[in-house]
Amino acid sequence: MAKQPPRRPKLAVWKFASCDGCQLTLLDCEDELLEVAGHLTIAYFLEASRATLKGPYDLSLVEGSITTPDDAKRIQRIRRQSRTLVTIGACATAGGIQALRNFADVDDYVRQVYPRPEFIRTLPRSTPIRDHVRVDFELKGCPISRHQLLEVIAAFLAGRRPSIPEVSQCMECKRHGTPCVMVTRGLPCLGPVTQAGCGNLCPPLGRACYGCFGPMETPNTASLAGWFAASGTDSAAIRDLFRTYNAAAPAFRRESEAQARTTSSHADDA
Amino acid sequence: MRTHTSQAADRPAAAVIGDDGLDALIRALTEAGRRVLAPTEHAGAITIGDINGLADLPRGRGDVQAPGRYRLTETEDAGWFAHGPTAEGWKRFLYPPEECVWRAEAKGASWREEPTTTDDADSADTLALLGVRACDLAAVAVLDRVLGPEGAADPRYRARRERAVIVAVDCARPGGTCFCASMGTGPGAGDRYDLRLTPLADDPGSRFLVRAGSAAGADLLARLPARPADDAALAAAEATLNAAGQAMGRAMPADAEARLKRNLEHPRWNETAERCLTCGNCTSVCPTCFCSEVEDRSSLDGRRAERWRLWDSCFSVRFSYLHGGSVRESGAARYRQWITHKLAWWHDQFGTSGCVGCGRCITWCPVGIDITEEVAALPATAAAVPA
Ligand code: SF4
Ligand code: SF4
Ligand code: SF4
Repeated sequence: MAKQPPRRPKLAVWKFASCDGCQLTLLDCEDELLEVAGHLTIAYFLEASRATLKGPYDLSLVEGSITTPDDAKRIQRIRRQSRTLVTIGACATAGGIQALRNFADVDDYVRQVYPRPEFIRTLPRSTPIRDHVRVDFELKGCPISRHQLLEVIAAFLAGRRPSIPEVSQCMECKRHGTPCVMVTRGLPCLGPVTQAGCGNLCPPLGRACYGCFGPMETPNTASLAGWFAASGTDSAAIRDLFRTYNAAAPAFRRESEAQARTTSSHADDA
Repeated sequence: MRTHTSQAADRPAAAVIGDDGLDALIRALTEAGRRVLAPTEHAGAITIGDINGLADLPRGRGDVQAPGRYRLTETEDAGWFAHGPTAEGWKRFLYPPEECVWRAEAKGASWREEPTTTDDADSADTLALLGVRACDLAAVAVLDRVLGPEGAADPRYRARRERAVIVAVDCARPGGTCFCASMGTGPGAGDRYDLRLTPLADDPGSRFLVRAGSAAGADLLARLPARPADDAALAAAEATLNAAGQAMGRAMPADAEARLKRNLEHPRWNETAERCLTCGNCTSVCPTCFCSEVEDRSSLDGRRAERWRLWDSCFSVRFSYLHGGSVRESGAARYRQWITHKLAWWHDQFGTSGCVGCGRCITWCPVGIDITEEVAALPATAAAVPA
């Protein structure tokens, strides 16, 4: 993270292609929100207030992915006005669910969805912010965890590195004492290749991890997918497991493409 | 630490208890103000949890364990302790996964240290560990060497450990991934127990030979409805252990330490790394893995700071981070670190094996990597070749 800025640093929150859930996480910090406002000047946060202050900003939180030519320009302006730029959420860090377009022809979608497709100016792919500008820290999650967002802000204020582990979701299961749903029920769970941080939401409810926090530090997706296949999940289903909120994160994209090739070679055989 | 004698002259002779004895035992522990921890059924597995009475203990529940696979079963004889190793050991309670170890608050221009909830030994829970298997008792002995007075003397571990009463229950039915017999740690409990229950072969689910291993255990035993053990009961307990020793799901090659030390550059490491997820499940479920990291937390206003100890794993990249990068970047290097520490370097470091043969790392590895198979896949040393 950048050096500690002067007193009462200015905070800005920016939105690109996204659902607003990650920004709302900041508003959701009910107890801590006043404290945050006491230490940061909330200079630009349209979700909270129409009053805005001019840049430059000490800390910019960026939500959403780049999907239009205009947004590709806007993020450059924001970078220039931001001392520290932190991307928040699966959209900003990996392209989001809207990156499913990356696996298809976006013009087909546009023609099917809009009555006047000629008015739509969109990019063929949804891309994360780091593909466009330098990013100081990426906070993953769909949505991000409130606890981790506060940690990033506290670390920024203290001028230290945020403590955000990049280990697997399995580590959260084990710390919480959740018996593994792969081992006890044979469910295809993305936990072993997914970064910890959500607070272990799904496995305690008997659900396999959906991979909301994106790839962990060294994801061995091929081994995990091989185990799913050997336990009876077909390649189309495995492909779809990797194609959700973090479909375009490189490790998940490569695995879903490998599974897609298997699926089509099976289709050819048939 | 409480003295444990194996041949105490003043202890009562071995006794035999049934359901009423077990019930009385749990009552006695509860009435003494202890938090009684025992195997309980939770989310499709038998794991350790709080119990309030005999009714909370799983009855007639067994399990099938295989690499990457665990399923609960109903067992015919409907007895107590009919299961294999629990999903995790007792580490969670003696050495919790997350613990605040230091806390301070700014007072004016200076800082004042504040107590954490576990600083005071008197505020530590007084635990009763009921149903500790031989492998897990051996694991407690290993942790005592690492974290107890014999080792780094973690004061919080020590406080919990010194106050805990341990009731061991020998295994009548080892699980499919068990290999304690080949590690010399089971199926019968060694030392460091207060009471030891051995299922009787003719009725393993509801009649137990009970032996005391400490004065506290002897006191407890004296309060239980029991009948003195005759020769037949002693023989029935022996028969249980003999049969269990023959029923191990697996065995560890006897020369594991030498095999690993001689094969540090073997191609097998890369092959295993293709399967290993570097997920850290194995180190988390291992009852002897003690590695932790410390994390410093500061409040938004920078006026409060805390230091937390968190379970860590040698499978994380950050684990071996020195300035400039991690020493063990590849999965192969991390898998090798884990298995060589458990089975080889531990001997040099602590004078014992770091593996007690519980088989949990095999069952709970999501892709079923088997520590015994990995050792067997390396070339044997001369010592292990039968003459
Ligand atoms: S290494 Fe595996 S078998 Fe050995 S004690 Fe640890 S979890 Fe149990
Ligand atoms: S095997 Fe790894 S996690 Fe376990 S004690 Fe050794 S270094 Fe620590
Ligand atoms: S051996 Fe299994 S449990 Fe351990 S890190 Fe590798 S995949 Fe995970």
